[in-house]
Amino acid sequence: MVYLTRKAEFSASHYYHNPAFTPDENVRIFGKCNNPNGHGHNYTLEVTVKGAVDPKSGFVVDLKQLKEIMNREVLDAMDHRFLNKEVAEFSKRIPTTENLAIVIWQRLSPKLKAAQLHRVRVYETPDLFVDFYGEA
Amino acid sequence: MKAHLTRRYMFSASHRLHSDEMSAEQNQAVYGKCNNPHGHGHNYAVEITVSGPVDESTGMVCNLVDLDGFVHQHVLERYDHQNLNVIQEFAENVPTTENLCIAIYKIVQRGFRLAHLERVRIEETMMNAFEYRGDL
Repeated sequence: MVYLTRKAEFSASHYYHNPAFTPDENVRIFGKCNNPNGHGHNYTLEVTVKGAVDPKSGFVVDLKQLKEIMNREVLDAMDHRFLNKEVAEFSKRIPTTENLAIVIWQRLSPKLKAAQLHRVRVYETPDLFVDFYGEA
Repeated sequence: MKAHLTRRYMFSASHRLHSDEMSAEQNQAVYGKCNNPHGHGHNYAVEITVSGPVDESTGMVCNLVDLDGFVHQHVLERYDHQNLNVIQEFAENVPTTENLCIAIYKIVQRGFRLAHLERVRIEETMMNAFEYRGDL
């Protein structure tokens, strides 16, 4: 088993708000992130896949295909977007880094044929990142 | 759904690597420059990884404000701009980065109850890093 990680960067805005909370609760729990006009980050995404090395190609996965899937499923949908308003999954889920990692996993996992998704890591800033390894 | 969240913090401290169980020559042989009796310092980067189910109402593993507050109060205030050798936990333990990982792991595991501690990782310099995940 060999693990391969591909990186990508995207920039997006978001804000944190739960309509089930009162305005005071939203401010207390989410602080500055509750500003309804949103704020943004330069996100770094790391996608790690695992699999056996194909004896003919020497690849775990065709990097070009992986890049295309990441571009189509993640970057085209999220780069330079307001996550709350423009990404369907976040109309009802708060676009925290935790949920972003989960949503990216859910988008990528069914599209990967040859290799198996191992980990999605999302850096919101260089000082904060979330890892998601699937539901298991 | 379970996710892992990692937060990175910085502090600066001095230390000297010296063991009373070894002779002066042995200390010099084992620790080299780090045995300089006057000590020396580093800018340490500490990564704290916690895990837990992502709360559906907040989208979070735990509130970063709580994690930051705990780490600032109990870790950074304890070690930042200090000489590690004079701190209680290093009275009889050499303040290597291995032992520093274990000390910080114990502080967080004992006191932070809002998520499960997975790992403490410390970069002593850009060229070396150490991790402790508890006694597995």
